[in-house]
Amino acid sequence: MKFDQIMVRYGEMALKGKNRHSFENKLHSNLSKKLRNFPAVKIKKTRDRMYVLLNGENPYAVMEKCQEVFGIQSLSFAVRIEQSEDSIKAAALYAMKEAEGARTFKISTKRTDKQFPIRSQDMNQILGGHILSNTEGITVDVHNPDVEIKVEVRQDAAYVTSQNYPGAGGLPVGTTGKTLLLLSGGIDSPVAGYLAMKRGVEVEAVHFHSPPYTSERAKQKVLDLAQEMTRYGIKLKVHIIPFTKIQQKIHREMPDGYSMTIMRRMMLRISEAVAKEQVILSFTTGESLGQVASQTMESMSAINDVTNYPIIRPLVAMDKLEIIDISRKIGTYDISIRPYEDCCTVFVPKAPKTKPSKEKALEYEQSTDFSEDIKEALEQKEVISFSQKKSSEAKFEDLF
Amino acid sequence: MIYLDNSATTKPHPEVLEAYHKVAEHYFGNPSSIHHFGGESERLLTHSKKQAANILNVLPEEIVFTSGGTEGNNMAIKGIAFAHQNRGKHIITSQVEHPSVLEACHALESLGFDITYLPVSKEGIVNVDDLRNSITPETILVSIMSVNNELGTIQPISEIGTIVKKHPKIFFHVDHVQGLGKIALDFKAAGVDLCTVSGHKIHGVKGTGALFIRKGTTLFPLQHGGGQEGTFRSGTENLAGIVAFTKALRLIKEAQDENQVRLLKLNKMLREHLREIPQVIINSPAGTVPHILNFSVPGYKPEVIIHSLGEKEIYISTKSACSSKRSDESAVLAACQLGEARATSALRVSLSYGTTEEDIEIFINVLRRIVNELHEVMG
Repeated sequence: MKFDQIMVRYGEMALKGKNRHSFENKLHSNLSKKLRNFPAVKIKKTRDRMYVLLNGENPYAVMEKCQEVFGIQSLSFAVRIEQSEDSIKAAALYAMKEAEGARTFKISTKRTDKQFPIRSQDMNQILGGHILSNTEGITVDVHNPDVEIKVEVRQDAAYVTSQNYPGAGGLPVGTTGKTLLLLSGGIDSPVAGYLAMKRGVEVEAVHFHSPPYTSERAKQKVLDLAQEMTRYGIKLKVHIIPFTKIQQKIHREMPDGYSMTIMRRMMLRISEAVAKEQVILSFTTGESLGQVASQTMESMSAINDVTNYPIIRPLVAMDKLEIIDISRKIGTYDISIRPYEDCCTVFVPKAPKTKPSKEKALEYEQSTDFSEDIKEALEQKEVISFSQKKSSEAKFEDLF
Repeated sequence: MIYLDNSATTKPHPEVLEAYHKVAEHYFGNPSSIHHFGGESERLLTHSKKQAANILNVLPEEIVFTSGGTEGNNMAIKGIAFAHQNRGKHIITSQVEHPSVLEACHALESLGFDITYLPVSKEGIVNVDDLRNSITPETILVSIMSVNNELGTIQPISEIGTIVKKHPKIFFHVDHVQGLGKIALDFKAAGVDLCTVSGHKIHGVKGTGALFIRKGTTLFPLQHGGGQEGTFRSGTENLAGIVAFTKALRLIKEAQDENQVRLLKLNKMLREHLREIPQVIINSPAGTVPHILNFSVPGYKPEVIIHSLGEKEIYISTKSACSSKRSDESAVLAACQLGEARATSALRVSLSYGTTEEDIEIFINVLRRIVNELHEVMG
């Protein structure tokens, strides 16, 4: 016997009333894209669940992928068998043996097909007895079992499901609009992007690249992060903005103490232009209150002043250690800590103002004309799209 | 030529050589150089590691590319011994290990370490109870091979792993050089902390291989320098070799199941034919890996048979190539207590996925003739 399907339970999208249908469709499409590398897999939608039919694919490998899809509350392996006492017994025993580490269990039978001769309560006892006499060291616990084995006897067949695996939670990516993530290459911004995705947001990213002050490897790091984030976001487009000229100009012509504030304001202005072009309605940043000079209340206010787009700051109230934990969990940490300079660390002022004023920033900016430089940067923007199926290392494929 | 010495080394797969050539030609930049060209090499290195890790079901950071089996075994054994000697200086291994394990252990003995060399059964198998009883509070490492290179015996790695795991202080190293691509071994599931594999035994190129080092394991490196390979192994990476190794790994793993069926059939055939030659005694017990078959022709010097076969371009070996320059008996067969006559006259046939039934037939016919001639001449 082998699990032949995975039962997918929705999260809060079940509450979404009239929108529910479109949420389900999005989840279905995200899930099938996620499972593209398992060609035999089929996904079946029913009224309140989805079933991933394995058709011979490795159940554990598929489960692992499903657990990275937002909008899923929990998942269980299931096996479909014919409606007979013997096959249900065999399936229940199999499900118990597959439940790793479980010492206690409970059987819950639901008999949708009332023609089936054994009543639910009796079935529970038969199956419990069968498991107890065929295993060692496993006991029944109806109140707090390690695993609840659910049996559903329907007209067409019987289904046996085993322990629950947690899903990624949240909402299906693509159901709540698009955001433009300011992706630096550090630890925070990928985590911010991940959390935005978790709330169903589709993420595009903008990255500021200042060669030769920042190296090609710093850019590659950002691209690797983007690739990693497609595990959750399905796809991700990165807009690379050549930022060298603007940075040089700021460094040359703006007062040292304000250079960081003004650089960030420029970034936001450029991001706004990108957002307009891509019809994106918000920004997401990895800012966390008080973490560095640019992330004081005054600084955020002075930087935010250049745009009236909402800025989503999922990390604003998180500690660095909490952020690092998530970053490890989602696999971006090891990429983020690669030691390459990014555009924010190259031209660090000796003493950045921690309490800049927006009026002063604007005054300084008006002394120099940046509009041509911004226009040029936008014209020379490079766009790279990532999806799960495409590896960024495609050029190496024939070597392996 | 009929090449039946595949446990000594294998013929590189043409696709492996092609990959080696391409990388050596086009990606000769040093992965540590910060320019674009070095960056390309670094990306290729990272990608190789990801691929290899994927195939071996481990994390990329748990792979250290090495120059092969001897280096991997030395790196694991000495590395653990030097890094953890403050916790204890006792190491457990077996009498039938490869010289790169045994000699590394001997060297450690001269530095004050205490080594237990576990005996084996007649079949060459380590007794897990012996192993359990040998563990002391001073023990820091258990090193056991997965497949014996002379007899083909498979050791109970998972069982040993379970025992070792009960002692959080002890590391478990497996020399998997002869087992890779031949028997299934999930390093993590079997409780293995360090595992040596080699490229040239799986139709890769010489000077390539890898050591799996479970995340969180600290080793004292054998080579200090630029801090490559996560500081476990300094020295400019052999990128062409690394890519070639990764390719060989993929090819052997992909074909593993199908090829095992073929090898089992060839092994059965070989055994049946050898039994028909009265002077021959088969040493490899039942249940060994199918690609290795050890037998003795007591009374006759194995070198004579090797050379007679060599005249017909048929190549097999005595003992392991790494120790066959010593003229004494096979240490492995001696450890199995098969008697001096058998231990001094042992021959090893090792098959590869390219071996055919015809190869076996020819080999047997020639061997039969040689043995008969020897019998007539020497009595």
